[in-house]
Amino acid sequence: MSERILRIGLPILVLSLVVLAWHLMVQVFAIAPYVLPGPRLVLATLITDGGLLWQSLLVTLATTFEGFVLAAIGGIGLAILFSQSRVVEYSLYPYAVILQVTPVVAIAPLLLIYLPQPLAVLACAWIVAFFPVLANTTLGLSSVDHNLIALFELYKASRWQVLWNLKLHSALPQMLTGLRIAGGLSLIGAVVAEIAAGSAGAGSGLAYRIAESGYRLNIPRMFAALLLLSLAGVAIFLLLSALSHLVLRRWHESALKRER
Amino acid sequence: MNWPASEIVSLRNVGKTFDSGTVALDCLDLAVRAGEFVSLLGPSGCGKSTALRIIAGLSAPTTGAVKWPEGAGKIGFVFQEPTLMPWADVASNVRLPFTLARSGEAQASAAVAEALQRVGLADFAKAFPRELSGGMKMRASIARALVTEPQLLLMDEPFAALDEITRFKLNNDLLALWQALRRTVIFVTHSVFESVYLSQRIVVMTPRPGRVSAEIAIPASYPRDERFRTSTEYAGYCRTVSEALGRAMGGAS
Repeated sequence: MSERILRIGLPILVLSLVVLAWHLMVQVFAIAPYVLPGPRLVLATLITDGGLLWQSLLVTLATTFEGFVLAAIGGIGLAILFSQSRVVEYSLYPYAVILQVTPVVAIAPLLLIYLPQPLAVLACAWIVAFFPVLANTTLGLSSVDHNLIALFELYKASRWQVLWNLKLHSALPQMLTGLRIAGGLSLIGAVVAEIAAGSAGAGSGLAYRIAESGYRLNIPRMFAALLLLSLAGVAIFLLLSALSHLVLRRWHESALKRER
Repeated sequence: MNWPASEIVSLRNVGKTFDSGTVALDCLDLAVRAGEFVSLLGPSGCGKSTALRIIAGLSAPTTGAVKWPEGAGKIGFVFQEPTLMPWADVASNVRLPFTLARSGEAQASAAVAEALQRVGLADFAKAFPRELSGGMKMRASIARALVTEPQLLLMDEPFAALDEITRFKLNNDLLALWQALRRTVIFVTHSVFESVYLSQRIVVMTPRPGRVSAEIAIPASYPRDERFRTSTEYAGYCRTVSEALGRAMGGAS
């Protein structure tokens, strides 16, 4: 119980101290709001610009969600395909890696030329998010207990049964790890693409708001939008962690409390 | 080839060379009669597990011929580890052979309940493997191997990882099951004492390459219990088998 208090209490204490220091610094040195707004001004902006920022947040979250779902489908689907056919794996895996190691910031402007903007942003979210799903699911599918595979063979299980009844279940923990990483990355992909698109001026996502506010020297709004973005990231992480815990709680070590 | 009808498993001149060039088995001859309890005894690396996998059809011999019961569910296999699916409860694990064979629901449920009853896990059908002790996991594994009522039960050092008290208990339970069901059992072990306690016949194998060094009958009557385990008769058999094992090892080094 006291451990729980510490785990929640200490981060809150640190946050309070940092915000207090921030507030005092702005007050004592009389820093202008267009250089560094104080925490109270940021909160006030969050409320006054609430409607605008909320609309933008929904746009970014929708892109993130779509990118995440496509990444999950693409990553898991490709991993299953790889596990079934070595030819496909050898042919495509290097390109999946290349897609991953090329910085998405560099790809985004190019995509914006060829695709309509919402689609380009979605493509960026997908590109960064799908690889961890693919890599982790592939690892999970290939690390099935050899004796269990032998057992399925003994009972003349079909290829489909081995995949469905054994491999996919066995790969679930790694798959969920991949999805948890993909959730955060999908948000990053969406934000990067929005910022890249920002100069084109057609965006309305939260990252576009940050870029736009920067041009207008509306620094408090930049902070407010940034705050919303991190909260969204935290929410995505917590949501996917909870999902992972729910799915694995009955059987996997990672979801078990250690007895002392 | 002409196989004697009384033999449920026959290996003739079986050799197995792995891709790495290791010769695991060389000219192995083995015949097991229906209903027999046979142990394969030998040091690690003598190919006894390889022989068992060949009998199960999980591995193909490089040379020689093998006869074993055909068809899914005719052979039960118990691995050294319990090899349970951690995401499924005990009942679902035991039901696996039926799930894979797409058998009828009613038939499967009855057989699963009976198998769990036999190994003393009737109250743990809904438990997950991680909630069970090592011995109970092994019981679940044995229940799964028995659930299809196989003619042949293959066991690959199933109790090697268990503590002595649990191992003795499971030895007794296994013998009781064997006497009740009268299936053929081929039991791989590296323990002289375990093999003498359980088997009607012990096949001693030499390491690298694996082949049969000696066959020793243990004519002591069943049921065998703790009195047998501490008898001079048992000690005498253990000495004979130990000496045979010593000769088998000596030939290799």
